[in-house]
Amino acid sequence: MTSALETRGLRKSFGAMVVTSGVDFRLAPGARHALIGPNGAGKTTFINLITGRLTPSAGSIHLAGEDVTALPQSARVKRGLGRTFQINTLFSNLTVLENVTMAVSERLGRGGDKFRFAGSRRDIVEEAYELLIRLRLAEDALRPVREIAYGRQRLVEMAIALGLKPRVLLLDEPAAGVPSAETAVILEVMEALPADMAVLIIEHDMDLVLRFAKTITVLVRGAVLTEGAPAEILADPRVREIYLGEGHHG
Amino acid sequence: MFLYRAAPTLSPVEYMVRSHRLRWPELLPWLAILAAFFAFPSYLALGAQVMIMVLFALSLDLVLGYAGIVTLGHSAFFGVGAYTAGILAAHGWGEPISGLVVGGAVAGAVGLVTGLIILRTRGLTLLMLTLAVVSMLGEAANKAGWLTGGADGLQGITLDPLLGLFHFDLFGRTAYVYCALVLLAGWMFVRRLVHAPFGRSLTGMRENTARMHAIGAPVRQRLVTVYAIAAALAGVAGALQAQTTQFVGLNVLSFELSGAVLIMLIFGGVGRLYGAFVGAPIYMVAQDALSRLDPEYWFFWVGLLLVVTVMFARGGILGVVDQIRRKVMR
Ligand SMILES: Nc1ncnc2c1ncn2[C@@H]1O[C@H](COP(=O)(O)OP(=O)(O)OP(=O)(O)O)[C@@H](O)[C@H]1O
Ligand SMILES: [Mg+2]
Repeated sequence: MTSALETRGLRKSFGAMVVTSGVDFRLAPGARHALIGPNGAGKTTFINLITGRLTPSAGSIHLAGEDVTALPQSARVKRGLGRTFQINTLFSNLTVLENVTMAVSERLGRGGDKFRFAGSRRDIVEEAYELLIRLRLAEDALRPVREIAYGRQRLVEMAIALGLKPRVLLLDEPAAGVPSAETAVILEVMEALPADMAVLIIEHDMDLVLRFAKTITVLVRGAVLTEGAPAEILADPRVREIYLGEGHHG
Repeated sequence: MFLYRAAPTLSPVEYMVRSHRLRWPELLPWLAILAAFFAFPSYLALGAQVMIMVLFALSLDLVLGYAGIVTLGHSAFFGVGAYTAGILAAHGWGEPISGLVVGGAVAGAVGLVTGLIILRTRGLTLLMLTLAVVSMLGEAANKAGWLTGGADGLQGITLDPLLGLFHFDLFGRTAYVYCALVLLAGWMFVRRLVHAPFGRSLTGMRENTARMHAIGAPVRQRLVTVYAIAAALAGVAGALQAQTTQFVGLNVLSFELSGAVLIMLIFGGVGRLYGAFVGAPIYMVAQDALSRLDPEYWFFWVGLLLVVTVMFARGGILGVVDQIRRKVMR
């Protein structure tokens, strides 16, 4: 079966520093996969390479079997790749509803329309609003994003990504900086994701990882240390030493 | 913005679906333009110039205010439009509307080509490149004296009657109405554009380019598109100026003109669609008055006004109006 996402020999260096060193990685269709590793292991960089925000120094990236290494970010999104950012990357002066509407509108290929008013596509606005309801953001719909709490902004990150209806969803620490009330919402939303959507989550919160992931990959200094089912990973002494021992934070 | 809280009774979806509806304050500029026609019959020529600058500043708002492209070279397109229309009219093609269209089209083409090249860069590099474009065009116009009149300016522009009916009269009545109608069309076009998904995505790119990429928007393509559209509009404004003043000087391709239109927009308020309508008249009238009071140093006073605006009223005059409204509504 073709992987939903695959990287072959993926490598990235910033000057002399190698941040991703020959990563071979596969994400199965419908996967619930976690990528863990200490701070600075290169997890975010790996995601940026996959989405095209960064250009790899070597290696290739494949979406559903197609080599997308040379494609720009927008083309990868069109092929079903969605992501959230570790640090909120939102339109802070636009309303929560506008933030999500923007994503839905791009997904439907309407983002470049010039001669019809944005509001004339009620269906797009309604779809965005339904996502807000799902993420318990409805009451903030008309507030500018900058005015709502950081934890709730994390939910907007999630809503935007879901507005793209991706086939491969990359979540970069969705629960980082989120109070526990919102963590529950995030987990609930993640558990309700469609079964055919492949999900890769980067997360330091091991409780969340263990509740969600069926497979875990451990990244250390830019290279894959090991990969396996959660029980195997937890039992691996190298993982205990390198990751859980030193770098664990909540 | 205050608008979002203005209608608490509507559902969020309803609110957003209606967000492009015309509000009464948007009609104020048109009432003013109409009133000025009757109230100041001896200032119609100045009025036409003001409207031309409003259109020019409006085109800059698309690029700077919405898309967030900081440029000091916007006069390049005004100048190309002015020279195109002027040269056409000086060589016997005096039909005004087609001259306007061709002026806009040529400026738009120049915007497209230069945009494709320079919009690969950002920040200071981009700023310098916009400056370079206008400097090069200015120098080219200077060198091509046989075509442009060089430093003496382009003369001999004669226009046919508008629509074959209305002669451009000495009092500037036809010119005033002509400029008003072109500005009206330009405003309707820009208003539609900024309320369309395309316009919203420009704001998105200004707010957060990384996010725009991540939702799959072809960012550079949109930037080039809006750059070319704004260039065409600026070209129309330039063409209007060439036609109504029947003269084109090298100053239309100057860095000073780019700076002036930028100041107008900052006075009025950037990224608000109506900043141009407020800033350009104030600048032009202030220029008119100040240069009479203090012909040598009037620009000093403009500079001072600019410093005050930037330091104490970041959103320009409309920004201040917004703040006051917000306070009153709380
Ligand atoms: N643009 C860049 N230029 C230079 N170095 C970079 C750049 N981006 C990341 N790095 C470096 O690459 C390394 C990996 O960073 P990355 O953000 O991918 O780590 P991470 O695993 O996501 O860490 P965290 O758990 O803290 O989010 C770090 O040492 C970082 O300083
Ligand atoms: Mg990271």
